Amino acid sequence: MENYRTPLRRARGHGSAKHGVGHWIAERVTSVALVPLVLWAVFGVITLAATDYYGAVAWISQPLNAVLMVLLTAVSFLHMHAGMRVIVEDYIHTTLSKSALLLLNLFVCALMGSLAVFSILKVALGGA
Amino acid sequence: MTETTQGPRERPLSPHLMGWRPHATMVGSILHRITGSALYGGALILAGWALSLAAGPDAYQAFMELLGSPLGKLVMFGLTLSLFYHLAKGVQHLFWDSGKGFQLAIANMATIACFAFAVAATLAVWAIAWMTGAL
Repeated sequence: MENYRTPLRRARGHGSAKHGVGHWIAERVTSVALVPLVLWAVFGVITLAATDYYGAVAWISQPLNAVLMVLLTAVSFLHMHAGMRVIVEDYIHTTLSKSALLLLNLFVCALMGSLAVFSILKVALGGA
Repeated sequence: MTETTQGPRERPLSPHLMGWRPHATMVGSILHRITGSALYGGALILAGWALSLAAGPDAYQAFMELLGSPLGKLVMFGLTLSLFYHLAKGVQHLFWDSGKGFQLAIANMATIACFAFAVAATLAVWAIAWMTGAL
């Protein structure tokens, strides 16, 4: 008797917002991109730890390093936003605290990610 | 027309920490979330590094000294461990997402391989860092 169900009946307890799969795929796509990026970043950290400020500026001024750092930062912040979002949605069920934490997660990721990308570009483009 | 007497169906919930007998894939799954959360902090440290670099030599030196302090090194070691574990487990999850590797023996073995890889890769990277004078 599928035909007798009203749209509201279908939505209550059954409703899909029809966009969850996009979040799911985005988390996977960013995770695949992060595999080579973080492996590169590990050796970047070792290089940077052995040098000083001027060495770091020279390192980040190389186009490949600058671009990979920007990609690493942007993709990491997208991925961690998606991951933390899932954690909040899984464990926090009170609407107010859930909304507050999801907003906090979004704002922290957007702000810190943007600050990091802008800082990398500023130094790489010679503004430091 | 049995559906008229039904209330809204219970929504499925994620497995929680409680009520599970400890086993490899369960510990592995929990650690995936814990290390992911730790790496959230790691990404904020990365952002702090970029900000300090853009702020100039003094700020950068202060930031690097903080990372190079005993506590900073401990945090970086934990983040290295978290990174390699989350990386390996993430790859296992990609296999799982494609429907492969769910046989119990394989899932357990792959999870233990993730633990082993995380420890081995972390020690290797810190050995390389020590040899190249990064520490």
